[in-house]
Amino acid sequence: MEIDPFIFRVSIFILSIFVGYYVVWSVTPSLHTPLMSVTNAISSVIIVGAIIAALSGEPGKIFEISNLFGYAAIILAAVNIFGGFLVTQRMLAMYKKKKRDKK
Amino acid sequence: MSANLLAFFYLISGVLFILALRGLSSPETSRQGNFYGIVGMALAIGVTIISVGDLSSSFIYLIVALLIGGSIGAFIAFKIPMTAMPELVAGFHSLVGLAAVFVAISAYLNPGVFNLGTPGDIKIASLIEMSLGAAIGAITFTGSIIAFLKLRGIMSGSPITFPGQHILNLVLGILLIGLISYLCINQLDSLFWTIILISFLVGILIIIPIGGADMPVVISMLNSYSGWAAAGIGFTLENTALIITGALVGSSGAILSYIMCKGMNRSFFNVILGGWGATEEQTSSSSKEQKPVKSGNADDAAFLMKNASSVIIVPGYGMAVAQAQHALREMVDALKKNGVKVNYAIHPVAGRMPGHMNVLLAEANVPYDEVFELEEINNDFANCDVAYVIGANDVTNPVAKTDPQSPIYGMPILDVEKSKSVLFVKRSLSPGYAGIDNDLFYRDNTLMLFADAKKMTEEILKNLD
Repeated sequence: MEIDPFIFRVSIFILSIFVGYYVVWSVTPSLHTPLMSVTNAISSVIIVGAIIAALSGEPGKIFEISNLFGYAAIILAAVNIFGGFLVTQRMLAMYKKKKRDKK
Repeated sequence: MSANLLAFFYLISGVLFILALRGLSSPETSRQGNFYGIVGMALAIGVTIISVGDLSSSFIYLIVALLIGGSIGAFIAFKIPMTAMPELVAGFHSLVGLAAVFVAISAYLNPGVFNLGTPGDIKIASLIEMSLGAAIGAITFTGSIIAFLKLRGIMSGSPITFPGQHILNLVLGILLIGLISYLCINQLDSLFWTIILISFLVGILIIIPIGGADMPVVISMLNSYSGWAAAGIGFTLENTALIITGALVGSSGAILSYIMCKGMNRSFFNVILGGWGATEEQTSSSSKEQKPVKSGNADDAAFLMKNASSVIIVPGYGMAVAQAQHALREMVDALKKNGVKVNYAIHPVAGRMPGHMNVLLAEANVPYDEVFELEEINNDFANCDVAYVIGANDVTNPVAKTDPQSPIYGMPILDVEKSKSVLFVKRSLSPGYAGIDNDLFYRDNTLMLFADAKKMTEEILKNLD
């Protein structure tokens, strides 16, 4: 009897929840805001679905409604990816152990 | 590229995302972690574009879309002031939610692209995953918009309630489940659209009754939702990177919600069902009579702190509102020059999002090893000469330990009252968001400093020289 690939995906999903659980508990509370902005950035990996949706279709029919939704999703996800990673970077750059230069 | 190889690359990107979160366990490794995240994202996008194959005609539009979104994102990331982080994060959550809705719509309209069947004859499992992804995405979208408006002050932060609210939400929730099941039986387009519309409505309805100070829970919760929406879409598209990420983000948001609820000693449902608490609390405080308070000026405060050997700073949302973090750090520097030992104590729910105060202090160049969490520092108040409370209120209220009648009874608080003297910067005697009178105001060892947090701190600094 063959196992449905869906079961494999559920396995990955459940195991990832556990990984997430232990990894997130080890995040230091002072970095909880960067944690939110970085999770926000990585959840925008949904852009891969958007790219497939946008680029599909036969030649000459590249702007069907389903493609347009794909492009719109690409823009939204790109705002998040760039915005999320960059703002996280900006925040993390401020966490220093000892200030070396006094302003 | 073969489907197997593609799946393998998605797995690598999922692992890189795990490492990105892992890096946040300490500030030293965090920047490295963020880099892993960026690499993971670039990998996922890169292999997806390659896998689509023929790019001749539409590739340019893809680049244009990426550039538009990317430059808006980069612009916001560089311009946003640190005090506006809560609303920024809420705004970003809404975008993830809407993107999930759009991808689900696209998959529904053209299922062949994702090997889900043909329009009108989509695989049942895919339909369920797709509509769940769309529904959670839609709830995340409108919910985050409301949270954004409340945080930004465009909408009042006070809870909006009406009779039958919870019953209405319950009915809509059941209706959603019913519609999704019905959609699986006969794939009517109108059902799919109705599911999305009702979800938009549910998103609004579940956030409006939640008050401003409960926002840390709301933001964490929406963070979690955006993860589950991504996971739902990941199942539809059979994409490992999305499933892993969705699960990570979903559990991350859930853990943060839990930490925030624990910081307020409230159950998750108590916060979500909101509204009630706030109104009950207000009536109990209005009956109290006026009691005498001691108030002082910047000169007194400066004198007290200069002659102290240790000072603990307790920042709260008021510090963020007044943008007082830089002035505060300058004051602390001046104190240190006088040989005073200064630390910062941060309550888990101080501010409007998890870690809000830490980021603001980091922005003001406060070294993170001077900043302590509640459990780490709470015992030190007994040995400290001065506690400087700036913009915090309810999280210092001793009533939480003494009065079982109080709505905040049982909430873990910072034991500020144990220090030899307390300097409490506040604009007036008005109670905090919870509407509860703070016992601390009337203690013998408390000196109230009635002023704007920033102005007072600056004045104290002047008096220290």
